[in-house]
Amino acid sequence: MSDTVYLTAFIAVAAAATFATRIIPFLFFERYTEHPLVKHLGRFLPAAVMALLATVFLQRSADWNAVLPGFDAILAGVLVVIVHLWRRNALLSIAAGTATYMVIRQSGLLESGIIG
Amino acid sequence: MNSLVFRLTLPILFGYLPLGMAFGVLFTTQLGYAWWAAPLMGVVIYAGAGQILAVSLLAASAGLLEVFIAMFVLNARHLFYGLSLLGQFRRAGWRKLYLIFGLTDETYSLLTSRPRSQDTLKELDIDFRITAFNQVYWVIGCILGALLGRNVAFDSTGIEFALVALFIVLTIEQLKALGDAFPVWVGAAAAGVAMIILPPAHQLIGAIAIVTAVLLLQYRNLRAKPAAEGHSHV
Repeated sequence: MSDTVYLTAFIAVAAAATFATRIIPFLFFERYTEHPLVKHLGRFLPAAVMALLATVFLQRSADWNAVLPGFDAILAGVLVVIVHLWRRNALLSIAAGTATYMVIRQSGLLESGIIG
Repeated sequence: MNSLVFRLTLPILFGYLPLGMAFGVLFTTQLGYAWWAAPLMGVVIYAGAGQILAVSLLAASAGLLEVFIAMFVLNARHLFYGLSLLGQFRRAGWRKLYLIFGLTDETYSLLTSRPRSQDTLKELDIDFRITAFNQVYWVIGCILGALLGRNVAFDSTGIEFALVALFIVLTIEQLKALGDAFPVWVGAAAAGVAMIILPPAHQLIGAIAIVTAVLLLQYRNLRAKPAAEGHSHV
């Protein structure tokens, strides 16, 4: 598959999946809005999915072969939590964590080992 | 009327421009595709976290089935937004399809929280304009970010952490809204189990399956305990 074909197919699939989540309630759910199972999933599923995604991608962005395994991502992640609990400004929290991670990665601070 | 809509959507402008720019910079610095594909995604997909996740899926050349499942599940919260707007959108006519298409987290919170008059059609027209204004802000952000990422030479190593940071922030926001940490622990534990027993390509889908199964079990247990909820059989 050529790059252009793949990108076109990718965008079409991603658009269809996103639109599906927005239109399904209007197509099928009209009768089930009050069903307790729908309410239960509506309450708990979003938080569980976000925690799941945060965990998977945090693990993938960490360098587990460093002197302090995983510290690059864990430090930046903890900073995001602290800044967000402190100011509760999403953009500030994201910028602080990303900048910290970029500095750690680009300086090689934790790989080469100040300690080791 | 447009100045009223602009005033209502101003906070979204300040959120969407930088987030759209972050997506645009990620897109052009992480991938080799043409810059204008970034705003194109803003036009046809129009999902903040979804588009940022799409960058890492594109970088991994993910299979289309995995793309569909990952995007669907990430945006699954939108399923529950629609449920609360079934009545409000009922008389929207030709505007309805676009109102549904543009139902992002931010638009949803604006449409459901703003004061409404008795004039249903006028209010639906305002809803429509709010949705359109927000998408315009988002697409402008995507354009600015894509051009910035393409033209300004800087070492972008590590910028992909923005996705992780976004998910952490969204988790905290969900936790605060819910006041119950149980689903957060279930999500994190399911991710841990999936990462141990599955290869990377199947970890997301596996973790999602575990989370869904646990929530269904929890639902069954709550139903089985009438004491916890009074008379619960429907």
